Amino acid sequence: MTVQASPAIKVGGLRKAFGKTVVLDGIDLDVPAGSIFALLGPNGAGKTTTIHILSTLLLPDAGEVTVGGADVVRDPEAVRHSIGLTGQVSALDKQFTGEENLQLMADLCHLGRTEGRRRVRELLDLFEIGEIAGRPAMTYSGGERRRLDLAMTLVGRPRILFLDEPTTGLDPRSRRVMWQIVRGLVADGVTVFLTTQYLEEADQLANRIAMLDHGRIVAQGSPAELKRLVSGGRIRLEFGDEAALDRAASVLRVDDVDREALALSVPNDGGTRALRAVLDRLDAASIEAAGLSVETADLDDVFLALTGHDAHEATEKVATR
Amino acid sequence: MTATTMRAPAMAGSVITDSATMIRRSLRRMRRYPSLTFFIALLPVVFLLLFVYVFGATLGAGIGGAGGAAGRARYIAYVVPGILLLTVAGGAQGTAISVAMDMTEGIIARFRTMAIARASVLTGHVLGSVLQAMIATALVVVVAVAIGFRPTTGPLEWLAALALLVLTSFAVTWVSVALGLVANSVETASNTPMFLTLLPFIGSGFVPTQSMPDLLRIVAENQPFTPIMETLRGLLLGTPIGTSGPIAIAWCVGISVVGYLWAIRLYNRVPGR
Repeated sequence: MTVQASPAIKVGGLRKAFGKTVVLDGIDLDVPAGSIFALLGPNGAGKTTTIHILSTLLLPDAGEVTVGGADVVRDPEAVRHSIGLTGQVSALDKQFTGEENLQLMADLCHLGRTEGRRRVRELLDLFEIGEIAGRPAMTYSGGERRRLDLAMTLVGRPRILFLDEPTTGLDPRSRRVMWQIVRGLVADGVTVFLTTQYLEEADQLANRIAMLDHGRIVAQGSPAELKRLVSGGRIRLEFGDEAALDRAASVLRVDDVDREALALSVPNDGGTRALRAVLDRLDAASIEAAGLSVETADLDDVFLALTGHDAHEATEKVATR
Repeated sequence: MTATTMRAPAMAGSVITDSATMIRRSLRRMRRYPSLTFFIALLPVVFLLLFVYVFGATLGAGIGGAGGAAGRARYIAYVVPGILLLTVAGGAQGTAISVAMDMTEGIIARFRTMAIARASVLTGHVLGSVLQAMIATALVVVVAVAIGFRPTTGPLEWLAALALLVLTSFAVTWVSVALGLVANSVETASNTPMFLTLLPFIGSGFVPTQSMPDLLRIVAENQPFTPIMETLRGLLLGTPIGTSGPIAIAWCVGISVVGYLWAIRLYNRVPGR
């Protein structure tokens, strides 16, 4: 992995407990500037707590947390200058219109009258909420509200953006719009730290993923690296008799043989070239396989393999409000 | 904490700018929902009419002198300062509700992650609420004058009365901001500041404290609203103020400081959930 001179976010030995409940049990994270980092885990894993500590809403019990080069405990004010947070609870004034909400942010970011107006316009266009900008936010749909919420976070052009489950509860189309926006931001040099329960989302968006389970990071790396953790994909071959199986095992040099099923598995990176190579070698040795199946690993497998349970399963349903 | 030891000059500028932004937010909300201000004035007006027209003649006789219409007229003068404080207390109740609403809607969490002067969020609520309470108070005064309330003093005293009302409103509003922050739901926030509206009753607001049983009388005479009401009475009707004036101001300043410190402490600590 490329280690940058100044990572956007650096976390070492982070711990947090609420009373006797340990929520984060020694977390280490490294997020290079300008990348998308996904913190993946089921409900109750500690994702929101992590985001709240990184965004100065909560104090850690122990550990070093640096965001944008500033320590969240010693200099939260400096951290706040470089971050933006869109949480799970919509953080807007429902009684105000979309435009007024954005204008409020522009005023609080001290953008000045002209620049503030310009920025509000720009974001209304970017998020396609210009048409509803004059309506009170309480009349917005879930997707519209989420977009306004994110737009408000972006008014001050944060360099580091925290998104707590940005697409939970959104329909597939709104989800893709959100992904597009996030990718656009990263293209502009913003660092994005997001949490998600959706493996697909992490896979689609993130440069790096950390899997969080019961307050511990169980794996961390690029999506490809993580998938490799579960022995990648495999090609499973079945044979008509034991002799063919033995010959195939020696030709393909594999020990992973299932004698009862007369089958063996060959590691595979998921590409067709490796598959063809395996078949060519069998052909060359005149061995005929009775059956073939290709198993590809996805992040679900990784999560399951590392934690023994599904990432989607709501083990401890934690209230989000 | 670190926030309080920040580069002072840079912060001072943004405290004012950010507070101004937050006050504008309160004012816009007030303009958009004028019914809120109207409702703050409604309860005191109902109590004013109730106490003047239903109980007024009897109570008027009770506070000395003749009953009947003359007693009622005398009682209007007596009860108005208490009614004004009832209005101020009602306004503060609204503040607790809007602070609690901000909390549940997550916008406070947003403000807390932004590089804005921390106190400005609460200052916006407080100053907006004080203004709202004063508008409601003006409505109540109009009704009081319409039914025969006639202040006997001059404009200078009226101005002093207004200043005292503003100060009182400022003090109780800081307390109710803290109550709004400490409440875990909007419902709780709408109930906890209720005791403020009881204070004019357990004081010299509606009947003289001398008429109360000993224990209650001691409470009534030493609670903050009584010297405030006595001072208002003096400023509006020329009754002797005595030591009530300085005691009233001391209470207001004390309550403001305690309320402010409590609210700021809660604001800096409450985790945004």
